[in-house]
Amino acid sequence: MADVIKIKKGIDIRLAGEAAKVYAPASQAKLIGFNPDHFHGMVPKPAVKVGEPVKIGTVLFYDKNNPDLKVVSPVSGTLQAVNRGERRKILSIVVENDFKATQETVAAIDTSSADALKASLSNAGFLPFFKQRPYDVVVNPSDTPRAIFVSTFDKAPLAPDMEFILKDEMSDFQAGIDVLSKLAPVYVGIEAGSKLFSHIKNATVTAFSGSYPMSNVGVQINHIAPINKGETVWTITPQELVFVGRFANKGKLDFTKTVAFAGPFAANAAYYKVTVGTPVSAICAANISNGVKARVIAGNVLSGEKTDCDSYLNPFVSLVSVIAEGDETHEMLGWIMPRFDKYSVSGSFLSGLVPWLRKHKTFDFDTRILGGARHSIMSGEYDKVFPMDIYPEFLIKAIIAGDIDKMEALGIYEVVPEDFAAAEFVCSSKMELQKIVREGLDAMRKEMC
Amino acid sequence: MNALRKLLDKMKPTFSEGGKLSMFRSVFDGFETFLFVPNETSKSGVHIHDANDSKRVMIMVVIALIPALLFGMYNVGYQHYLAIGQLAETGFWPIFWYGFLAVLPKIIVSYLVGLGIEFTVAQWKGEEIHEGFLVSGMLIPMIVPVECPLWILAIATAFAVIFAKEIFGGTGMNIVNVALITRAFLFFAYPSKMSGDNVWIRTDGILGLGEGQVVDGFTGATPLGQVGSAVESNVQITDIAGQASSTLDAVIGLIPGSIGETSVIAIALGAILLLVTRIASWKTMFSVFAGGALTAFLFNVAGPDTAVANLPWYEHLIYGGFCFGAVFMATDPVTSARTETGKWIYGFLIGFMAITIRVLNPGYPEGMMLAILLLNLMAPLIDYCVVQVNISKRAKRLKSINK
Repeated sequence: MADVIKIKKGIDIRLAGEAAKVYAPASQAKLIGFNPDHFHGMVPKPAVKVGEPVKIGTVLFYDKNNPDLKVVSPVSGTLQAVNRGERRKILSIVVENDFKATQETVAAIDTSSADALKASLSNAGFLPFFKQRPYDVVVNPSDTPRAIFVSTFDKAPLAPDMEFILKDEMSDFQAGIDVLSKLAPVYVGIEAGSKLFSHIKNATVTAFSGSYPMSNVGVQINHIAPINKGETVWTITPQELVFVGRFANKGKLDFTKTVAFAGPFAANAAYYKVTVGTPVSAICAANISNGVKARVIAGNVLSGEKTDCDSYLNPFVSLVSVIAEGDETHEMLGWIMPRFDKYSVSGSFLSGLVPWLRKHKTFDFDTRILGGARHSIMSGEYDKVFPMDIYPEFLIKAIIAGDIDKMEALGIYEVVPEDFAAAEFVCSSKMELQKIVREGLDAMRKEMC
Repeated sequence: MNALRKLLDKMKPTFSEGGKLSMFRSVFDGFETFLFVPNETSKSGVHIHDANDSKRVMIMVVIALIPALLFGMYNVGYQHYLAIGQLAETGFWPIFWYGFLAVLPKIIVSYLVGLGIEFTVAQWKGEEIHEGFLVSGMLIPMIVPVECPLWILAIATAFAVIFAKEIFGGTGMNIVNVALITRAFLFFAYPSKMSGDNVWIRTDGILGLGEGQVVDGFTGATPLGQVGSAVESNVQITDIAGQASSTLDAVIGLIPGSIGETSVIAIALGAILLLVTRIASWKTMFSVFAGGALTAFLFNVAGPDTAVANLPWYEHLIYGGFCFGAVFMATDPVTSARTETGKWIYGFLIGFMAITIRVLNPGYPEGMMLAILLLNLMAPLIDYCVVQVNISKRAKRLKSINK
């Protein structure tokens, strides 16, 4: 049995509208697309011309700096468009699906050496689904990571149940781990008590108990084997790992994944089977309650990104959340009213005084910031929801000051923006921590690489 | 409420950029966000936010100060009528009313001067008005003697807000506590108005209320003043009419002193609110008392044979501004240590320094102000050491891997 690491720091946030554990039919999207921005750190170069036919596994675009980093088409058909914005920046690369599912011949995975394995992963188009720490960017195929980390669960608000999604795909999941274990030691983080994942082989399995954000792979890395300067680790989410496993098991490229649709205003909140690159509309069209000015979020409400029905879904997410914008609401005298229905960790609110409420009751949230941006005033707020051996406030200050040495000393290599999501949520000065961390990581990468 | 909202929406364009009155944008914005929670939505990062904001935090501190303020007003009246020998025949309300009239102008002056500067600076920098001064403006009148002239108070407040806060960048960026800088400025620039035996009791009538002559044997010295200037090594603390004054009087707060600092009970009520809402750090608060108690106890046991060193350790915590400082000043999150470990050290050293200054420096019978200001300056150093431990740990880990 795996070791259990108990994590005390964290936060429980519950929203109404969790996805029901059933599969709802998703509309088969005619157009499948990728926004290269979702592969942060990649400089995209299209590999096919508009109008040319593509098959499953045909390279759509690759990284200019690392041509082995290839994003392949998940469907067969023709390249419909390369949409460009200002300064010819690629906004999206779109494939028209012919629903024939013809596949390129891709060589089976060769695990004879690390380089051969990386070449196999590259040819099959799996490499862009890995993320690298430090810097939270696409991986560099010439690196061999120190370790590969997978978190098999998600405790973010409205997060999908990975056990429900993967219960029929465990052999593919295991096959994926088997492949990766030939490249580097694989560490799998599971929720304490999980039966489904506790028998994973060829990997170090560690169980975690606690609240969000202990499900973040970054928190798990910090507790299992923290990243040191000069080291690289890769992370991958369970569903993307299954892509690798399916190919290893069946020799077929199958980029189908399950995405949960959830939120207080999500009609038909359920699970949807879609192809990577599906437009958001395949899930959310006609599924948002009428008369609500809603915000559609790819990912969870803490670390996801704002999107809309016309965009292509971020290939890394397993959740689409819908919450009200709420900007038509004007609350009177918020600084003194009791506000019993509001969620807060502060003892000046009922929900802050009674932890039971935060754990068991759902709260209505909208996208309002509920305050004004200030300099950092209260101390210790971040620490309580930041379960890593790092001083978050001091790291943030070092980033704001642009002090590279200090950032390095305080552990910036170990963090990615999503690790600060809980801290950003509780910040009474309403500082944009994830944005600050993203900018810090980018500045750092520029400096070091 | 809708009517009010509509009125604000109608006025908004006039105050927005390009509008006729855009020069008062920050002020308008300040009042709007005071009336209504801003409806601005998140642009980056998290899409939902905790409902707490700095306005609510600051107001909670102001509410926590109210018991001590109200009691302070009553005590000003109480000491006055005691001084003129009419306490027995005067009812509760005239006593309170007298104190209210004595204290109110100080509150008004403090807020007018401080907020005036804050509003001006916010407008000049194009920022929102920050709420920090709501607390400072309330603290300032509570930590000065009742006889402090208003014009001096105005100068000191202006000095503190400008030089202790705004030049550092405003709320959240100040190194030292603004209210304490006001007091320190008064203390060093106008010592005759801030210390001695003649500033703690208002002896004149106000608007015809409380006219009378001070009684024979009147002395306006605070308990700590009496102890500090005592020649013998043991001293009986007396009230201003020369009668013996008990520890219980001090716990209730019916002793001379700065307006808000005298009542342990009233301050405790505020402390409870701050601790329940978790706005003040219990670590800081507890360790100030622990540091003070331990230091005073050591002086009791092994200190010099002076009256102040012999003052029982628990009375050290009760008299003077110790409680007030521990609850409301030391716990200011901006100027205190910001690491959890640092808070223990920071608080303990405040308690230690306050008692040490009291006992060993006869020039300062009250050591709390200087102790907190000193530790405000040391707080970044404490945090530096605490954070450095984490940094060294990380560096060591790297080294062990590269071996």
